[in-house]
Amino acid sequence: MAAISSNFLLFAFFVYLLATIAFTVSITGKKWRDKQGEMTGNRWGFFGFLLSILGSLLSIAYFITRWIHSGHAPVSNMFEYMTFLGIAIGFAFVIIYAIYRSNYLGLFTMPIVMLIIAYGSMFPGEVAPLIPALQSIWLKIHVITTAIGQGILAIGFVAGLIYLIRTIDFTEANKQTRSLEFVLYAILSLVGFILMGSIFNAMNYEANFAYINENGMEAEMTYTLPALVGPNEGQLLTEGVMSPIVHAPAIIVANDLNTVIWSLFSGFVLYWVLRFVLRKRIGAAIQPILKGVSPQAVDEVSYRAIAIGFPIFTLGGLIFAMIWAQIAWTRFWGWDPKEVWALITFLFYAAYLHLRLSKGWHGEKSAWLCVIGFAIIMFNLVFVNLVIAGLHSYAL
Amino acid sequence: MKQKRLIMRSSILAIIALALAYTFYSNFMADRSVAKAGDLSVNFVLHDLEGERIELEEFKGKGVFLNFWGTYCPPCVKEMPIMEELYAEYKEKGVEIIAVNANEPKLTVERFANRHGLTFPIAIDNGLNVIEAYGIRPLPTTVLIDEHGVIVRVFTGGMTEQMVRDFMEEIKPGT
Amino acid sequence: MSNLTCECGHVNPRGTIVCESCGKPLGTNDKQEKLLDMKYEGVARRSQTYTTTFIDKVWMFFSSVKVGIWIIVITLLASALGTIYPQEMYIPPSVRPEDYYAAEYGFTGQLYYQLGFHNLYSSWWYMLLIASLGVSILIASIDRFFPLYRALKTQRVTRHANFLKRQRVFGTSEVKDIDESFDVVKKKLKEKKYSISEENGNLVAEKGRFARWGPYINHIGLIIFLIGCMLRYFPGMYVDEHMWIREGETTVVPTTGGQYHIGNEEFIIELYDEDDYVFGEAMQRAGGPIVRTYQTNAVLYERENTGAVGSEGDLVEIDRAEIRVNEPMKFDDFALYQVDYKLHELNSMSFVLEDKETGETFGQIDIDLFNPESVYDLGEGYRIEIREYFPDFVMSSSNVPSTRSQIPDNPVFIFEMFTPDTPEGEVSFVGIRTNLEPMGENDFKMTFVDVETKHVSALIVRKDYTLPILIIGGFIFMIGLVQGSYWAHRRIWFQRIDGKVWIAGHTNKNYLALRKEIDYVISDTSLSAPVDQVEEEEVNNKS
Repeated sequence: MAAISSNFLLFAFFVYLLATIAFTVSITGKKWRDKQGEMTGNRWGFFGFLLSILGSLLSIAYFITRWIHSGHAPVSNMFEYMTFLGIAIGFAFVIIYAIYRSNYLGLFTMPIVMLIIAYGSMFPGEVAPLIPALQSIWLKIHVITTAIGQGILAIGFVAGLIYLIRTIDFTEANKQTRSLEFVLYAILSLVGFILMGSIFNAMNYEANFAYINENGMEAEMTYTLPALVGPNEGQLLTEGVMSPIVHAPAIIVANDLNTVIWSLFSGFVLYWVLRFVLRKRIGAAIQPILKGVSPQAVDEVSYRAIAIGFPIFTLGGLIFAMIWAQIAWTRFWGWDPKEVWALITFLFYAAYLHLRLSKGWHGEKSAWLCVIGFAIIMFNLVFVNLVIAGLHSYAL
Repeated sequence: MKQKRLIMRSSILAIIALALAYTFYSNFMADRSVAKAGDLSVNFVLHDLEGERIELEEFKGKGVFLNFWGTYCPPCVKEMPIMEELYAEYKEKGVEIIAVNANEPKLTVERFANRHGLTFPIAIDNGLNVIEAYGIRPLPTTVLIDEHGVIVRVFTGGMTEQMVRDFMEEIKPGT
Repeated sequence: MSNLTCECGHVNPRGTIVCESCGKPLGTNDKQEKLLDMKYEGVARRSQTYTTTFIDKVWMFFSSVKVGIWIIVITLLASALGTIYPQEMYIPPSVRPEDYYAAEYGFTGQLYYQLGFHNLYSSWWYMLLIASLGVSILIASIDRFFPLYRALKTQRVTRHANFLKRQRVFGTSEVKDIDESFDVVKKKLKEKKYSISEENGNLVAEKGRFARWGPYINHIGLIIFLIGCMLRYFPGMYVDEHMWIREGETTVVPTTGGQYHIGNEEFIIELYDEDDYVFGEAMQRAGGPIVRTYQTNAVLYERENTGAVGSEGDLVEIDRAEIRVNEPMKFDDFALYQVDYKLHELNSMSFVLEDKETGETFGQIDIDLFNPESVYDLGEGYRIEIREYFPDFVMSSSNVPSTRSQIPDNPVFIFEMFTPDTPEGEVSFVGIRTNLEPMGENDFKMTFVDVETKHVSALIVRKDYTLPILIIGGFIFMIGLVQGSYWAHRRIWFQRIDGKVWIAGHTNKNYLALRKEIDYVISDTSLSAPVDQVEEEEVNNKS
């Protein structure tokens, strides 16, 4: 069953790849011939849409089979959550595409879905048993609702990004172009992380450390990437591997911090290689593809996505979260870092809605906010989970 | 019209201000303990080491020096001899000591009392009922009750001889 | 009082931008060409028109959305600040916070502690922020809801030409038979679930007006929620107590005033099987046992009313439950939660009296560490007396044997052993792995035989009268949020002016969707589609 489940996910991944290709073809406008004759770009867009639906169906198959295998909803650790977030973005795309039929949105969303699923697969994928606090019907309700909410908000981000790449003037170096390049760099860092992880994983790289953990106890830590930052008072146990340059304090999960540093570094390399090859800013290189996008329309898509996603996120990430926290941890709110960041996400999107409705922040400002909002979501998922230790640190 | 609106706004703002002021007061300044000076003492029944029944209500007309303690608490241990010293003197003046032990084994308490030659009534609060009813958290805590059964003072922490004497004076009947 | 009378005859309050009835832009607003500001239908927001007194100024401050957004942003930043380092409640309980932050995080940690950020969320200024957020929500909503309600209620079908012209979606067209076109349009509008009003051959189609109330409803929910949070600071509104209870013990439930007692009949802990087919691989990674579940088999008693707390009054069993994480036991207004445990706490110890020379033993004594007896008579002249008992032995600072707590983590006994051979008694000092003879060489000794341990369960007692308020608040908030987010208020005006048909559309969001709908309703007529004037302008600016 576990193998069947993984295969479904793999198929889904490739179907999303095909969807990406279909949307690319639909936009680059080339006319492709097949036996019947000509086929226009728009038809390709529809194929892309069908493929994205197929991807979602395969994802559901993955989800259900894994659920049957493990006996609990597969949303209990980083691998499962990230994968499900990717799936949720896929769902959200299907919904939004049904309303607006924007192939550009598909062109950008499908790779993001693949990226998130690939990112999830970097975490240990075994079926893990649930600790007592997680054994609740609210695990499914809270996490699934939150992920779907975040998935829809992610569409707001994608649309915002499209708006920015479409409208920003790349001829001069200013705050806008630099910021946008930074966003693209961040996405490339994620790609870098996935590449680094896959390469060293294929090489079976492993470095073990003995160290003193946050409770002052001796413990061991395994690195799957060469250690730049070692754990607190870490002693290298494995021979023939790189020894760390600095050591992190005990409160920081050092191997995760190390991974973050590697990702940022590889993203940096990727970015400059691309820039060197393209001989211009990456945004500027993408811009011509988006000629056909109406900024008004994509602005509305991003707003619509936020307006749909915000209530779902609030319901899952705050209200259901509070109900469960009351049952499992005896209090509905405990200022755990993850809870606080969910509140911050809520406040941020609340500010976005007020700025848009009352202060008329449309277009570029609004698009930037969508990008920042998604950055907050990812920060909460990745950084707060992995680096700040708390009750929610269920990443095995 | 304009007048009405001003009244409306003033009253809404006043209600908000009052509610917030009370919230801040009760969170940052108010005494949140269960037994407070000025409250009527809660009646309880315990048995001393000899098995004699002790009911607080029966001490009406006397001042009660109600001390909560444990043998594992150094300041409690330290003030026991002081209380013993002043016990005889103030018993005549109408002040009674009740030392309520926090749920320790009878043997431990008995041996402790013998070792220090304590003669005032000591009762073990099995199941922490009295401690719970008085909301006692850190030990030692002393609750001073006057002859009318009203709590005069709740003191947490170790006491010097002078303090014990002052407290006894405070609840001496007829003052 | 200077009210504004529109040429249609409607009297508008001072400060109105657009006539509530016919929509004619009022005063200087009429001269401009750009699009109308349709926020709140152009009604007069009271706070902006009367700001004479101090009260009015305070009111206006909190009424401003700009101020509200600033409060949200500041709250957001403050909240983030609190996650840089762990809050005081999440640091190990054994260390002092003043040492912890400096030791763990160096100078910035020290600063964090000194600025009070280790207790940020209960600080007065954070509470003040949340309070001002609540005030802002309340006043801003009051200030906008009533005028908006009135404006939407008094609007009429026929609108002023300037109103139509300055809507974002606007267009004119000439058609031969207006009546016939309007009939088609009406049919299609009905299909799209619009409600249609007619006046002098003019049409207005409207739907989803209730979406306009969404923000106000969700704000009401938020205010109720915040009131619930505020009530938590009122005395007696909620209880949060931690208690330890060992197997076999019955103890009072804190804060119930001695009314309820809880007994722990058994504490059970289960681990996942390390060879589990499904989880085995993950268990190996975790590198240690993983707890599957733990539970307290609890019995709840109520004390018969005796008029006094203490040792009198029988306990009457009223309920039994298995308390697990996620499955609290509920009674009255209280809930008992399983939160923690301590395994294998010492409970009783057994010794035998042994002749050191011959190794002969004379009876066994089992000492209950929570209630030892003073004398254990073994018969035939053999007798053990316990001179002293220290459950958690420590040499005090003044070098006197004493106990650190009531928990028998390190029990020590001073025994006096009486035998027919030693009628004066011999003293021995016995603890775990210690057996001393402080008063000189003995003939007999107490030999340790066995211990019995018990598990201790940690429970949390909760009572919370604010929960119903929070639930109601949260529920109303969600309803309002959904109402405002998933529906849009749309209006389309079809008006005959100078033999032409003027079409104007307004929506509070999603203009693209509105235009699609207009395109659909005029699709079978020769009416031409109105344009989005914002988009037009954008295109014109580009070229």
